Amino acid sequence: MLYIKCPYCGLRAQKEFSYGGDATVKRPNINEEVSSEDWDNFVYMRKSPRGKHIELWQHIAGCRQWIKVQRDTATHEIFQTAKVTEEIR
Amino acid sequence: MSQPFRLNKEGLINRNKKISFTFNGKKLFGYEGDTIASALIANGIHLVGRSFKYHRPRGFFGAGVEEPNAKLQVEFNGHSEPNVNATEMELVEGLSATSQNCWPSVNFDVGAINNFLKMFFPAGFYYKTFMWPKSFWYKIYEPFIRKAAGLGVASIEKDKERYEHKFEYCDLLVTGSGPSGLASAYAAAKNGAKVILAEDKPRFGGTLLTDDVSIDNLSGKDWAEKIITELKSMPNVTVKNRSQVFGYYDHNMLVMFERVSDHLEKKSKFTPRQRLWYIRAKETILSTGSIERPIVFGNNDTPGIFLSAAAKEYMKVYGVLVGKKPLIFTNNDSAYETALEFKKNNVEPIILDTREEHSSELIDEAKSKGIDIRFSHGVIVANGYKKVKSAKIGKLNKDKNSFEKIETIDCDCICVSGFWTPSVHLASQSGNKLKYEEKIDAFIPDKKKQHETSVGAANGSFTLEESLKHGFENGSNLSAKITETKTEISIPNVNEKKYGAHDKFWCMPLPKNENPKRFVDFQNDVSVSDIEIALREGYRSIEHVKRYTTLGMATDQGRTSNLNGLQLVSNIENKIVPEVGHTTFRPPFTPITIGTIVGREVGMEYMPTRKTPMHEWHEKNNAVFVDAGAWKRPRYYKQGNETLFEASKREAKNVRENVGICDVTTLGKIDIKGPDAAEFLNRVYTNAWMKLPVGKARYGLMLREDGIVMDDGTTTRISENHYHMTTTTAQAANVLSHLEYYLQIVWPELNVNVVSTTEQWAGAAIAGPKSRDMLSKLYPDLDVSNDALPFMGYKEAEFFGVPSRIFRISFSGELAYEINVKSDHGMFMWEKMMEVGKEFGNQPYGTEALSTLRIEMGHVAGPELDGRTIPSDVSLNGLVSKKKDFIGKNSLGREAFNVESRQKIVGLIPIDRKSSIPEGSHIVQDQNAKLPNPKLGHVSSSCWSVENNNPFSLAIMKDGKNMIGKKFFAVSPLKNKSIEVEVISSHYVDPEGKRVRS
Repeated sequence: MLYIKCPYCGLRAQKEFSYGGDATVKRPNINEEVSSEDWDNFVYMRKSPRGKHIELWQHIAGCRQWIKVQRDTATHEIFQTAKVTEEIR
Repeated sequence: MSQPFRLNKEGLINRNKKISFTFNGKKLFGYEGDTIASALIANGIHLVGRSFKYHRPRGFFGAGVEEPNAKLQVEFNGHSEPNVNATEMELVEGLSATSQNCWPSVNFDVGAINNFLKMFFPAGFYYKTFMWPKSFWYKIYEPFIRKAAGLGVASIEKDKERYEHKFEYCDLLVTGSGPSGLASAYAAAKNGAKVILAEDKPRFGGTLLTDDVSIDNLSGKDWAEKIITELKSMPNVTVKNRSQVFGYYDHNMLVMFERVSDHLEKKSKFTPRQRLWYIRAKETILSTGSIERPIVFGNNDTPGIFLSAAAKEYMKVYGVLVGKKPLIFTNNDSAYETALEFKKNNVEPIILDTREEHSSELIDEAKSKGIDIRFSHGVIVANGYKKVKSAKIGKLNKDKNSFEKIETIDCDCICVSGFWTPSVHLASQSGNKLKYEEKIDAFIPDKKKQHETSVGAANGSFTLEESLKHGFENGSNLSAKITETKTEISIPNVNEKKYGAHDKFWCMPLPKNENPKRFVDFQNDVSVSDIEIALREGYRSIEHVKRYTTLGMATDQGRTSNLNGLQLVSNIENKIVPEVGHTTFRPPFTPITIGTIVGREVGMEYMPTRKTPMHEWHEKNNAVFVDAGAWKRPRYYKQGNETLFEASKREAKNVRENVGICDVTTLGKIDIKGPDAAEFLNRVYTNAWMKLPVGKARYGLMLREDGIVMDDGTTTRISENHYHMTTTTAQAANVLSHLEYYLQIVWPELNVNVVSTTEQWAGAAIAGPKSRDMLSKLYPDLDVSNDALPFMGYKEAEFFGVPSRIFRISFSGELAYEINVKSDHGMFMWEKMMEVGKEFGNQPYGTEALSTLRIEMGHVAGPELDGRTIPSDVSLNGLVSKKKDFIGKNSLGREAFNVESRQKIVGLIPIDRKSSIPEGSHIVQDQNAKLPNPKLGHVSSSCWSVENNNPFSLAIMKDGKNMIGKKFFAVSPLKNKSIEVEVISSHYVDPEGKRVRS
């Protein structure tokens, strides 16, 4: 079971979180024209990297904040967590 | 009754308390502190089971977790458990143990015929034999294999025991209370660290209980006791026996299995049987020790053959002799300690040592005590079927592959030692790549992967001095980093015997023309010849050899067999062991009960039960409940002998004719506040929200980004910047997360807050033509006329002194209202409604009637919004704005969503107007067509239309809008029904929606 550091609540067990997918995907702006290709890429296309991956988790049984987690998908090592408004590099 | 193999004084058992038990029906006794194994051996019983494949007689081999053979079916404390390790299970009064995998009895087992047919059961037997003919697999081979496989029998009774889970956090977790574990825990505790010390066995001390050593002039056992007593007195230390750390998982989480009360005769009602500990440790000390491995020889599985350390443990801990004419077969010095222990108890052992004549501290001591030692000797084959009677032994030539002399000597037990294998399971599970240590011919942990530090024998240090030193040092250093205090501890003086070098000798050769089975893995009956066959047939990877032969795949996970298997492969392949590599270690280290994994999450506690504030009223009025997620909702209110069908028809009819009330508390409710709330709703819903006035509700539809309908519901503008959203019961949690996602991540610039208020409001729907009359009685001071409170109107008013919200919304398609009050007032509201509603013929209605009402109106719900439908599929395209952007809008332009023959919701009625159409039925053109019969659609919801008094269903059908008026068949292979149906509009009742506006 992963041990995830919520930037608001501190270290908490994985049980309290829910996975939310790739955090690097950006939704096309609302009320702006978007090409079919860009839209399809946003809705359907996801990378499935082996190794470092920045992903979204929601602290669903805690503060309910969505957070960013940089995790190694092969070893589960967590390098960094951050608020969604913060950058992970 | 005397115990012929019990010593008079030795041992740590409590001789003042006799415990009676039965084995295969025979009444026996042992003492408190005995295991089933030690008590049986004391009684001279060795034959306890039959082997898995050949049904060969099997006895005890070890004295703890390493035991591969002695797995029994045990009944105690009112339950029956299969595959119990007899060497671990402590004796309790009234316990009854029986042998497994034998019929009719362990003494005479019909399955033993396999032993004589063994040439037909080589490695890969199943794969080779059951390949053809293909058609035989399901009916003949598979049932046959199933019947023959497995050992014990799982109980089919309900488990009445209590199991618990516990979550714990500590600075240092120490796994194993041998010398290095005790030293680590002690040093860390002195530094003020929060320490958990776990010991698998009932007694603390590990090898200190059996080795002839002294520490600071105390015997090993006394020193262990002193340290444990001090640790127990410290508030920062938790000391647990009968507790095995069996798994090392991600982020330094370890799981421990505690046997809380299996050894107790009586316990309180609330004492759990077993407890699972989830321990998050900052650092872990792996002091799991080592396990002796055997030397492979002919018929080495005969009862009476033991690991030499096990024989010593039986003497020193249980006061039990495993035999009175022992043969000690060894390649190293440690077995000499067993020989000396026999000698001390007036039993004359003979030592067969594969090494050439030499001297060491232990050899010299054995010689001086007059023990018969034969160097360059080994056991070729054990004689005796159900118990060892003699052994054919051989003097090895210098090449160690042929014999100078062969003779047979009498013996009643053989104690074998092929050196020691560190228990590296936990280290390996943590991700540690192991390395091969030439010096001890075994794998030891390499560079740390997580926070695991292996010490003592688990790290390949086999001397007490080294183990203690590493223990103290690591315990102190690791904890000092956490607590930032360091207490100096002087390392005690140690007195132990020095071992000489071991012999790299694993498998006894066979003389010409002799071919007894030489077992490597006892539990899975894997012999040397099986491994040879696997290699001959081309298997090279050790993982493949393992799967083909099943070596190391039994419940003991190859604890005594893996390294010998590796040595064999490396010898045959002419490789060295590290090149062959090792197989993967997986948790759990030993089998644990399913009950422990499940814990308290059974029955009522399987998941939380959500009850509405009116639940008790429903119960009192014969409601039959249905699960809606975690909620309990009344499905119908049973009157007399009514069936579900009759009751729901009555309730629905009453709504259409008079008035009914329904508990709608379970609908998801989300409070939305903020200056940008309207803009937010406008983006979330497909329809327009910017112009909704205060005091009005609107029906809304939300999509996922891929254009699929996610949920529907009404949202009401309570005040300028305040909205009340409702969701379906099932989607409440998902919708909230969905809204939070967009507010926190996608549009953080919107100033809006959302919070769930589902539990804060109790809700009741009042539906039916007489609902306005009833409402006016409920709110005598309020103008509830169609003008003052029109369809989709909203008002706040006092309900008999209680603040309430009135929404004029309808799911049933009738004139209807929904009243919300604070949860605490829910019951008051409901009872008042029942009282006031009497004169209007009001009756409560459940979810079944609710479904009937919405289906015949053509209102969609979960079965239609099934994650595959877009708005036009369910005829809700009128709600999709063309003027503004919203979540999922761009996807609606996809080609497949816009083809002419796109699926669409339709209504179905049976041609005979009588046969109910099962939900899930497929719609086909020709009911007799060849399979696969082309599917034109499926039936999503079915009801008995109370308005038209015949069955009616909703269906999602390909090219639905052009199908109206056509005839098809609805076929349900599950219900074995085929019904001819006619396609009609999905709006079966009041298609213009006049009633809701009346």
